[in-house]
Amino acid sequence: MERVAVIGVGQTKYEKGKKQNFSEMVYEVTTKALKDAEITTREIDNIVSVSSDFWDGRTISCMAIQDAAGAFGKDTSTVEGDGTFGALYGMMRILSGSFGVTLVVAHHKGSESSMSGITNTAFDPLVERKLGIDAISSAALQARRYMTATGVTERQCALVSVKNHGNAMRNPLAQLPMEITVEDVMNSEVLASPLKKLDCSPVTDGACALVLAAEREAKKLSTNKKRVWLMGVGHCSDAYRLGDRDLADTRALEEASESAYEMAGVGPEEIDLAEVYDAFSYMELMWLEGLGLCEEGMSGEYMERGYFNMGGEIPINPSGGRLSSNPVQVAGLSEMAECVLQLRGKAGKRQVKGAKIALAHGINGMCGQSHCVFILGR
Amino acid sequence: MPFGTGENSSIEKQSEVRELGDWKDEVEEIVFPGKISVPYSWTVGSTLSKWYAQIRDDAEIWANKCAECGMVFVPPKIKCINCYRDMNEWVKLPGTGTVETFTVVSYYEPKIHPRKPPFVYAVIKMDGADTGLVHFIGGVKPEKVKVGMRVEPVFEKERQGNILDIRHFRPIA
Repeated sequence: MERVAVIGVGQTKYEKGKKQNFSEMVYEVTTKALKDAEITTREIDNIVSVSSDFWDGRTISCMAIQDAAGAFGKDTSTVEGDGTFGALYGMMRILSGSFGVTLVVAHHKGSESSMSGITNTAFDPLVERKLGIDAISSAALQARRYMTATGVTERQCALVSVKNHGNAMRNPLAQLPMEITVEDVMNSEVLASPLKKLDCSPVTDGACALVLAAEREAKKLSTNKKRVWLMGVGHCSDAYRLGDRDLADTRALEEASESAYEMAGVGPEEIDLAEVYDAFSYMELMWLEGLGLCEEGMSGEYMERGYFNMGGEIPINPSGGRLSSNPVQVAGLSEMAECVLQLRGKAGKRQVKGAKIALAHGINGMCGQSHCVFILGR
Repeated sequence: MPFGTGENSSIEKQSEVRELGDWKDEVEEIVFPGKISVPYSWTVGSTLSKWYAQIRDDAEIWANKCAECGMVFVPPKIKCINCYRDMNEWVKLPGTGTVETFTVVSYYEPKIHPRKPPFVYAVIKMDGADTGLVHFIGGVKPEKVKVGMRVEPVFEKERQGNILDIRHFRPIA
């Protein structure tokens, strides 16, 4: 099968209350990604945009940013979901043989609306929505279920927040670089037990773009220093209703990651760094197990041993993760951008030395209903 | 006219053009407050309509069962999520269950929360079913709620045929 490469990346700074509107953010990251790839809009054959109508407050939100993405007069299509699924779609379009160089661009402005109100509308209006449940309260149900099933403690989860906010200190694009302690996390305001404020990701604005190209075009357009290959991808979904799943079970992620490893021809032991979807601190521990990066129920102990720290066995979320900046839907794409920078050796102060293979993991739906896993390599 | 050309633009000839390099630093950023309010009427469908009618009329919680794998679902499903089979067997549940997980919510979102914090959500593993039901735990201090606690439903006196006809689940004395 032909390979697909990332040949350009562009990101905004991630922050709350950005002055730019959606189009201005998309224009910024498109321009940056094209410049990074050293190409112009003329080389872009088609565009995949990633956005959510509810977050944007307009229907067919994808159409509104097309001019800013340079899509005028070109083929465009849209994904409403995490950015990893946008990249997956872009990759599939290329592999179908019908499309050339593809721009995948995601935007999000969490600060313009209500996180609680919007995530409540993700729940079934016929059943759970009337209870008022949202992203934080549903995650709290999953957090306690995971802790009950595995024995992982709140303090072990707090270590994830300490590590990721600390990693963000070395990422100029991150929203919340902070030197904090486990006590700071434990003493932060309880939002929905066992989740405290510092266990939860912030409201963030930002955008990210990737330029994807098939092997032949990638080699023509870019140098070996810039190219990063999408070696493998896998995706899988679990049941929609929370009560239809065991919330501590990561079976959908296991499926997704196994397919990604198989396609890439590598195992979890060969991963040099991973960007894992830590919308909440416990999620990083849970997903690490689902990704096969540590044995089931052991991630809390590994975290205590510093296994996932910068300089540890497998640095997890060197960017600072979603706990430090969480532009919903942009998030997975920004993880892939981080992996690309790391694999190029261009991640500045947070560079994982000698990184050759990286993993990016996105989720869609409440409590990680579906997962998309990418393996990227030089 | 081809896409993306400016051939027909003659504005430059007619009006003064000013190059403002740093105008973005000086601009007053304007924000429009807004709100979208759209009424909906969501069709509940035959499976959930039957479920809600039994809660409303008889204060009974029913589940449905897959004839192939035997899995019992509450709330009932249109299709078995494992076997993708029609669900025609209905089972009356005792209504009791066990708290599988819970959270005490401390923040207040008046637009979505039907009650004021602190309140408790739980996933209740229902006796006689294989799935959990998400609902409130009440009739007990939030700090007393535990995983594994046995609970029973408290129904509202006036019932409308929706999930809030169950006021909450309370500990079995």
